[in-house]
Amino acid sequence: MDFTLFSRDLFAEMDRLQRQMQQAFELSPSIRGFARVGYPALNVAGTPDSVEVYAFAPGLEADKIQVQVEKGVLSISGERGSDLPPADDERWSVHVNERFAGRFHRVVTLADDLDPNEVQARYRDGVLHVSIRRKEAAKPRRIAVT
Amino acid sequence: MEEKKDAVIREPQAAQKPALVPPVDVVEDEKGLTLCADLPGVPRDKLAVHIEGDTLVIEAEMGLEMPKEMEATHVEVSMPRYRRVFALSRELDPARLTAGLKNGVLKLRIEKAAHAVARRIEVRAD
Repeated sequence: MDFTLFSRDLFAEMDRLQRQMQQAFELSPSIRGFARVGYPALNVAGTPDSVEVYAFAPGLEADKIQVQVEKGVLSISGERGSDLPPADDERWSVHVNERFAGRFHRVVTLADDLDPNEVQARYRDGVLHVSIRRKEAAKPRRIAVT
Repeated sequence: MEEKKDAVIREPQAAQKPALVPPVDVVEDEKGLTLCADLPGVPRDKLAVHIEGDTLVIEAEMGLEMPKEMEATHVEVSMPRYRRVFALSRELDPARLTAGLKNGVLKLRIEKAAHAVARRIEVRAD
């Protein structure tokens, strides 16, 4: 398999298509990792106080990642440049080209009980962690019975 | 050249814990090979790159901080570790391997042995 025959953009395009299909049909991702699963891969979890979103987005700079919450949707977008040399550079040959390069955009629909003003985002070791707090009023409260 | 294209091999024995196979780029120039691997979530102290015989092994564990009482609702990354094995070809010098990890991307460089660096042979037209 020598991918230098094909333009790299084609593969980026295939990745994007695959990701869109995956989002449309909610297929389970492959155990083989996320080379063809989508960039960034997302894990979402809930706690009693918050929803935690982990975006596995290696190779970015924190200030180049756009995180937005609008109309109940969290959107994560940005661009990852390629580490490969230019295709027309004859001093290099590309043997394996599996890593994502290009623009990315992923969205997560948020539940109604989340507070769009209480969002924290941190980027560390290639993982973006977004924490969204639940609204105070929506938290379960114990009502004392007298 | 032909040999190197087939150098990416799958895990030979299944003795290890299940692990994700990270995507990589491998690029060659006349002096050596450069490999980039996506290892999001891996801090420097949980990355191990070693050479066993003529295979290169990349093993890494994620070090994510997770709040307690967390219940997953959507999971695409299901395992907290990575592993990938490559067969090295003979002209590479395992003693001259350098590795760096930044923002979850491992960049690895292996130089070719001095005698293996291709010499340019001039083709004369008679």
